[in-house]
Amino acid sequence: MFIAATFAIFVAMFLAIIRGITGPTLYDRILAVNMFGTKTVLLISLLGFVMGRPEFLDIAIVYALINFISVIGVLRYSDTNKLKHMPSDEKSLDKEL
Amino acid sequence: MKDLFAVVMLLGIYSLLSASFFVAMDAVDVAFTEAAVGAGISTLLMLVVITITGRSEKTTRHKPLLALLVVVFTGSMLIYGTFDMPYFGIADAPIHSHVAPRYIQESMKEVGIPNIVTSVLASYRAFDTFGEVVVIFTAGIGVMALLSVGRRPEENEKTTAIDDSMHEQYLVIRIVTKMLIPFILLYALYVQFHGDFGPGGGFQAGVIFAAAIILYTMLFGLTTARKVINQSFIQFIAAAGVLLYGCVGIVSMLNGANFFDYNALASDPVAGQHLGILLIEWGVGCTVASVMIMIFFNFAERREMQQNNEKINNIEGDSL
Amino acid sequence: MDMILNISGALCLLVGSFLCISGGVGLLRFPDFYTRMHAVGVTDTLGAGMILIGLMFYSPDFLIFSKLVIILLLTLLIGPTTSHVLAKAAMQNNLKPKLQQEDNIKETSSSNY
Repeated sequence: MFIAATFAIFVAMFLAIIRGITGPTLYDRILAVNMFGTKTVLLISLLGFVMGRPEFLDIAIVYALINFISVIGVLRYSDTNKLKHMPSDEKSLDKEL
Repeated sequence: MKDLFAVVMLLGIYSLLSASFFVAMDAVDVAFTEAAVGAGISTLLMLVVITITGRSEKTTRHKPLLALLVVVFTGSMLIYGTFDMPYFGIADAPIHSHVAPRYIQESMKEVGIPNIVTSVLASYRAFDTFGEVVVIFTAGIGVMALLSVGRRPEENEKTTAIDDSMHEQYLVIRIVTKMLIPFILLYALYVQFHGDFGPGGGFQAGVIFAAAIILYTMLFGLTTARKVINQSFIQFIAAAGVLLYGCVGIVSMLNGANFFDYNALASDPVAGQHLGILLIEWGVGCTVASVMIMIFFNFAERREMQQNNEKINNIEGDSL
Repeated sequence: MDMILNISGALCLLVGSFLCISGGVGLLRFPDFYTRMHAVGVTDTLGAGMILIGLMFYSPDFLIFSKLVIILLLTLLIGPTTSHVLAKAAMQNNLKPKLQQEDNIKETSSSNY
């Protein structure tokens, strides 16, 4: 049962990576990283149970916190002028829409 | 990929992924460090740097074919080298036959700490760890020497007004952060003291502690954070951590043993080891936390100064 | 008693796994950022919650149970907050949602960023 859930999370992580690489806008990438982080938290807690060493849960807590902090950091620093007005982003958006 | 922001995002993903590898290979302490340092702090620092320097990579004129060739060659040689490596987890690999058996069999008797990684890091290899701490301290000094802005001029009204308007939009997240920060700090202390029994230790605890302060700085502004923790206080703590670490070694020398031989710290060798490891973990934690905060403050200060200058220029240009 | 715990834990894990995969598919397949964020935001919180609750049924002692509760509380607090902030930041930087009308699409594509 744990292994099935682990596999499901692997699939979700893989999909998130694809979105993170292709993602047309900055926010798609942030979203993919955020989802990847929460999935990693779940993966580590599941791996602890699969391998019979549930002390891995400490790491899962660190992950949840670090993921939150880094997403906040990304958003905080994404709304400066240097990061807006990217010509290449506009182009890819046009293509997508 | 020329977009550096995307590169940082993917690096964050890679860091999370590699930490999962470490978990799967049972290297819990390494995974802990990777999670805290690789995914957390370094992503944040790189982001701040990008906001200072600009988002897109500089375009190169020539195609770096030679570099590609060198990379492919080195990579293939490394892969060729891995064929000679012993299989993962094999019992008679060279690494398991040298000092590892002694650590595994004797460390409980000699050091008396359940987590072997901590006893190797803090007791058997205390001198190496001291080197690492000094390296971190030196990095902090270097960043400070290169980037520190010096005494800020008095806050003029324009910049403070800009600060206030910038922070009004973060209402929800500020409340959630206020709820979370005490928990993060408490968790950092738990990691600090629990390092003897499970994954954790001074390095990770310091980074988590610094991450909490950085989170506060990002949402409440640098000036507010400076009121809580001022520059000279952090510098003092960073130096005090290294000093504490070194002093443990000196005291053990004064008691007639080798440098970092904790057995001499107390009448009972195991109690001495406990005391020594506790003290040096404190030193490591203090130094790492304060150096990380110091580096972030310096970067953020540079950035804020640059931004305020731009904004003031814009306002003055508009009014003219 | 063990039987009931096992079955309910397995059920929770199953539901959680399904939600995780569906969130991933939604992230990949939906047309624009806001719909993708909807898919991820809803399934991430619920899926993570279900998987963690499922693990709680299997936890051998109280320490592990309480650590799982801490992780669950953190995800419940953090997940919606990040979604909110992400949407707000995207909105403030003029990322318009993709709408049905043809002329609207042309308008948004020129005004994005």
